[in-house]
Amino acid sequence: MASGKVVKKAKYKSTVKDPGTPGILILTEEKLVFKPNDPTSSNKLEVDFKFIKSHKHTKEGSNKPPWLNLTHSQGSYIFELETFPDLHVCRELVGIALGKHGEAAKVVSEEQLSAAEMAQRIKLLQEDSKLQKLHKELVASGKLTESEFWATKKQLLDRDENRKSKQQIGFKNSLIFDTKPTSDGRINQVKFQLTPEIKYQIFALKPAVHQAFLNFVPSKMNEVEFWNKYFKAEYLHSTKNAVAAAAEAAEDEDLAVFLKDDEILEIEARKKVRRVDPTLDMEADQGDDYTHLPDHGIFRDGSKEISEAQNSLYRRTLLQDLNRQGAVVLEGKTLDIEMDNPRAAAEVLARRKQDSDAAIEDERRNRISKMNQIEDLQAQNDHRFAPLCIKDPRDYFDSQQANAVKALDDSQAGMEKTKCSLSSEEVYGSLRASISKIKATGLRDPLFSPEVALKVLNELTKNISSTKSHIGKHSQDSVLDILPTTTKEKLLDQWVCSQELLRHFWSSYPITTQNLANKTRRLKDAISQVYSKLEEIKVSAKSDLRHQVSLIVHPMQQALDAALLHYDADIRKRNAKAAKPNGF
Amino acid sequence: MPSAPSKLYSDDVSLLVVTLDTNPFFWSTFSFPFSEFLSHVLAFLNSILLLSQLNQVVVIATGCNSCTYLYDSSSDKSHGSTSGSMPSLYSDLLHNLEVFLARDQQLAKPWGNAAAGGGGAPPSSLLSGSLSMALCYIQRAFRSGPIHPQPRILCLQGSADGPEQYVAIMNSIFSAQHSTVPIDSCYIGSNNSAFLQQASYITGGIYYRPPHLDGLFQYFSTVFATDLHSRAFLRLPKSVGVDFRASCFCHKQTIDMGYVCSVCLSIFCEHHDKCSTCGSVFGQSQSNVASSTNRKRKA
Repeated sequence: MASGKVVKKAKYKSTVKDPGTPGILILTEEKLVFKPNDPTSSNKLEVDFKFIKSHKHTKEGSNKPPWLNLTHSQGSYIFELETFPDLHVCRELVGIALGKHGEAAKVVSEEQLSAAEMAQRIKLLQEDSKLQKLHKELVASGKLTESEFWATKKQLLDRDENRKSKQQIGFKNSLIFDTKPTSDGRINQVKFQLTPEIKYQIFALKPAVHQAFLNFVPSKMNEVEFWNKYFKAEYLHSTKNAVAAAAEAAEDEDLAVFLKDDEILEIEARKKVRRVDPTLDMEADQGDDYTHLPDHGIFRDGSKEISEAQNSLYRRTLLQDLNRQGAVVLEGKTLDIEMDNPRAAAEVLARRKQDSDAAIEDERRNRISKMNQIEDLQAQNDHRFAPLCIKDPRDYFDSQQANAVKALDDSQAGMEKTKCSLSSEEVYGSLRASISKIKATGLRDPLFSPEVALKVLNELTKNISSTKSHIGKHSQDSVLDILPTTTKEKLLDQWVCSQELLRHFWSSYPITTQNLANKTRRLKDAISQVYSKLEEIKVSAKSDLRHQVSLIVHPMQQALDAALLHYDADIRKRNAKAAKPNGF
Repeated sequence: MPSAPSKLYSDDVSLLVVTLDTNPFFWSTFSFPFSEFLSHVLAFLNSILLLSQLNQVVVIATGCNSCTYLYDSSSDKSHGSTSGSMPSLYSDLLHNLEVFLARDQQLAKPWGNAAAGGGGAPPSSLLSGSLSMALCYIQRAFRSGPIHPQPRILCLQGSADGPEQYVAIMNSIFSAQHSTVPIDSCYIGSNNSAFLQQASYITGGIYYRPPHLDGLFQYFSTVFATDLHSRAFLRLPKSVGVDFRASCFCHKQTIDMGYVCSVCLSIFCEHHDKCSTCGSVFGQSQSNVASSTNRKRKA
């Protein structure tokens, strides 16, 4: 709510049966005022929210009118608002106002949870036992409030939301086959199967039929007759007898509607073509309502005759059907509506199409206005942020070479600097002498003594097996598996707990509100507890495992230490600042 | 470390490129004589060629001023020793080594007087040069056709790292990593070589510093002789000494907790106003230091 005041037309009823006095309802965060239209009426109201205990309202889906019921100690005020959106607006403000004046003893949760959200949280907790354990430990013992806990779990909640959103089921692509008639060889009748699904799909596919339906039913004929006529037309189409079709059309003008080409489709097609980017070269711009051109499409009987203009109206080509069907299937269903009332469905569909048309027009206008900027070489929007600049990694390495040199010099300082007192001739000469020696004498025989070999092998074996015992048989082994399960469980629990606490802790800095200060204090206590628990685990481990356990515990304790140190330093700083209010 | 798969070849064929440290300044002052070292190395190379008929060995000399190919087992040239007392591998290699040393000494002439003054550390060997030559040879082997052995590089190094070669060595390490060529290192000098440790770690090779140099051949044949395919089911010495902690970019000290620039992720040990790597200015640095803090944990 941006402003704290709401002014709405409403009727005030003192009881449910009361017809209600019309007037104006003014809601602010402090009080509500009702002024009746009739200045002589005595139903004026001016009530502070302090006296209002709670509020109720009627649900939108039910048949009741939008009522807002504010209860107070002696009874209730009922306001009948004009529309449900009005009611929602009033309800929000009342909620805020009541929240402000509510009793302070209650732990006020700032968020108004809907039942659905509560159910979702409970479900998440039930599914994930680790989460439940963490929740129990942190929230039940008061270290974190509910809202803080769930604030970090938004990802989990959102994921759940996405899972629930249902996928829309689109049209079946087999419409052409669905409406194939079953014919009895003996009787001169054909039967068509119709379901509401198919009806809906036919309306989407053939807007002329849709229009006809709206026009004819129930004024001219009832539904059954309508569909009979429609399928008669379909049958005539399928017999490919254009002459018969023309004859029938001449007789029955209603039938003619179904037999001739779909005008609405043509108009739509033309509109769609116009929506294409005007800079795109489309040669067939004008004539591209493909329902008319004779050389578009394959005639069903394979012939390419161009029949008389009169009869050409009554032909439909397979390609047209397929194209139209494909387009509709791709567009998908625009709404989930109840199928049992076809008339209502047809109306809703028509309305929705109008809305979407309007939206498409807007979008087109936007696009055109944007396209005019293509020619200009416009300057970039100046960003509020500096553009990202990351240097080439080679530059980094080159710049670090100086550091590397320094590091190596330091490391070499330990080595004895063998001063090269010999000249280069001498050293090269000595090397060459060694080579000549080998050439003369050949390799040593034996190369080295077996004792040396044995020593080397033993040492290598010892070296390799000792690393194995430290690190584990396989690289996937971890030290945790060596520990007994209870210790392992405890360590893992403490780890998860400390992670969560540290995450909350570090995210509360810098401290700007009192709320955060309280939170950090609570977290600091919790962290000290975890620290002492880790100490316990370390001490209680068996002597041969103690080293491993302390290796594992060490980084955890380091992180907790860092947090505690930071907290202390921060407290000291803030106290120091507080002691000198002038900042000197 | 999975290496490039060689199709239609048995998996344990290897192409071993050995970079041999021939820095005379180092060898003249080192306790282990060069002749003994060379004999161990030659025996090792022979044994590699014995392991499989298709194995190939290439030896590159790492000198002070230049590097060169000493021996290529797949080439047809062979001198044949005069006395017939050693196989052509040895005689070719030794012959080429002598030629190389003479040339190297020639190149060293201009600075010869300066070194004679007795000042400064001994010049380092050109490891970056020999690594580059090794990688070039391996690239040629890759492009020789669909059938090629699995290449790896073995650095036999004794002299200390030359800090001026840092960038070049890092470049060759990254290109080796990119072509999945492991770099093994056998370092016989006094302190561990940071460059070679990094090289082996990044490319998935083995770094080992043998404590007993008189059994050098045993170390070679136990640790470094295995081909890449067999390494999957052998347990070889793991280097536990590579320090994984981050080091701060300003002082190169290893740190546990520090500050991280949110733009380029460079790490600093103390609060700065501006990131030295990417130049981004850190937000209003309030007296509350916590606004730019991010905690890091020991891995």
